[in-house]
Amino acid sequence: MEQYFARYFSEKKMADAWVIIQEDFLSATVSTLYITLMSTLLAILIGLPLGVLLVTGDQKGIRPLPRWLMGMLNWIINILRSAPFIILIVLLMPFTRLLLGSAVGDAGVIVPLVIAAFPFVARLVEGSLRELNPNIIEMAQSSGANTWQIVFHVMLPESVPSLITAFTTAITTILGYTAMSGAVGGGGLGNLAISQGQQRSNHAVMLAALVILIVLVQILQTFGTWLARKADKRLKNK
Amino acid sequence: MIEICNLSKSFVTAGGTVDALRNVNLTIRDGDIYGIIGMSGAGKSTLVRCINMLERPTEGTVRMDGTDLGALKKKDMQEMRHHVTMIFQSFNLLMQRNCIQNIMLPLKLSHVPRAQALKRAEELLKTVGMPDKARAYPAQLSGGQQQRIAIARALATDPKVLLCDEATSALDPKTTHDILGLIRAINREMGITVIVITHQMSVVQEICNRVAILENGTVVEEGDVSRVFSDPQAAATKRLVYPDTFEEFENLGTAHNQMIRLVFRGAEAATRPLLASMAIECRIPANILSASTRTLDGKVYGTMLLNIPGGPEEMTRAIRYLSSTPDVSVQAESRYPSQPEGSPEAQ
Repeated sequence: MEQYFARYFSEKKMADAWVIIQEDFLSATVSTLYITLMSTLLAILIGLPLGVLLVTGDQKGIRPLPRWLMGMLNWIINILRSAPFIILIVLLMPFTRLLLGSAVGDAGVIVPLVIAAFPFVARLVEGSLRELNPNIIEMAQSSGANTWQIVFHVMLPESVPSLITAFTTAITTILGYTAMSGAVGGGGLGNLAISQGQQRSNHAVMLAALVILIVLVQILQTFGTWLARKADKRLKNK
Repeated sequence: MIEICNLSKSFVTAGGTVDALRNVNLTIRDGDIYGIIGMSGAGKSTLVRCINMLERPTEGTVRMDGTDLGALKKKDMQEMRHHVTMIFQSFNLLMQRNCIQNIMLPLKLSHVPRAQALKRAEELLKTVGMPDKARAYPAQLSGGQQQRIAIARALATDPKVLLCDEATSALDPKTTHDILGLIRAINREMGITVIVITHQMSVVQEICNRVAILENGTVVEEGDVSRVFSDPQAAATKRLVYPDTFEEFENLGTAHNQMIRLVFRGAEAATRPLLASMAIECRIPANILSASTRTLDGKVYGTMLLNIPGGPEEMTRAIRYLSSTPDVSVQAESRYPSQPEGSPEAQ
């Protein structure tokens, strides 16, 4: 134990850590937030319509699509979800380069993050929409609504609180994934924790990064929960 | 006018094909409040969903003013559903939208300009007696109030026909009465034809002028409510009209197993002290097991379940005496240990 402290938390290490915290942590935090928000936004942009499609295109959905098409969609989503993120980053490097001209930096990590997160978001959206009372859908049909109208006037608005909860789960998960941005030279707290903390045996830096990540997750989760509750008109006593 | 011809609907399930409806024929005239009654599982909900094509009939047609609804193209079918609207047992309001937004939904779906839709929705809130609840959310309302909003929503597109699927089954008796009153007013004042699906005879009795009795997917009896109530023919109808059965009183013992059901039609029968005079003239002191009266179209209808003491001889005399009275019909049932199968019915 003493050895552990001597090795990772010596006075010199602590002094180094303090310098790193002062100089790099603010920009790393901003970088993490930027990567997280951009990735989440783009993942929702792709995942939300896909999630809607998974529900409406189901054989028992409001607009059944061919079985093979739905089978393929599900298959692709499952494959993307089973690939470990770090492997996805490496595999996607040529694609990222093609898309952005470069596969490194903050932008370089956003591409694989979005690819990893949108199938997850699609599943979350699917779950939220499937929770919807089927009688409400029947009501919309009996009122003469077409598929688009059911989606935009009924399914999505009725699922707002549940979708907010789902997106909160997504953003906190994506925040965790950003830690791996260091692998492609992206910035952020995770990168700092690994390059300065783990590789240079300065665990104080690692712990400090961890604390900030914990605080960020707490803030995002609390805000998301609050927003979902505020948006939900089913709760009488607010 | 809605004509349902040879309508059948079957569902393919894991356990095989289920026939929900078999060869249903009904005609619903404009201005009717038409009751479709049956036990749960009789096919009522499927039948009402075949009328607005939420369920596609397996066979047969539904015609509205001559138009075959099953042959409509998708767009026309959506248009049709603005004219044949529906209310539900569970109200089915959008829980994340307030009352005025809920009422405006069908108008939004048919691309009515917002200002016009808002005006119409406000009028309808007044029609259903809730002008002050425009900004309230459904969760803040009672069941009866939610159903009023659902009715306002169903009226938004000026429908010709209103389908009520067990619309009062989730409500208490007082609220049921109020909602039925509202539906009747809508029928009379706006000339909207109403089709009422229910398992409660009291609902049919309160607002319907015509009724069809559905059992196991077939219509077993159909006609004017007053006729069906006063002179039920099918066994299923009798079960609904006379909820108290002979069987309920079967366990009274051997001395009590001669029973007669009396049905009074009209005030003349009800004003005579029939049982008192039978006791005096025939010396048969009948025991009243249950009795009820109801008013249909201003006429009094009553049923009474009597226990006749004594043997077969008393029973025969009682039946003869009671049957001779005008506007009274008699059904007898006597059971003896030696003759357990005997359940003769005499009219």
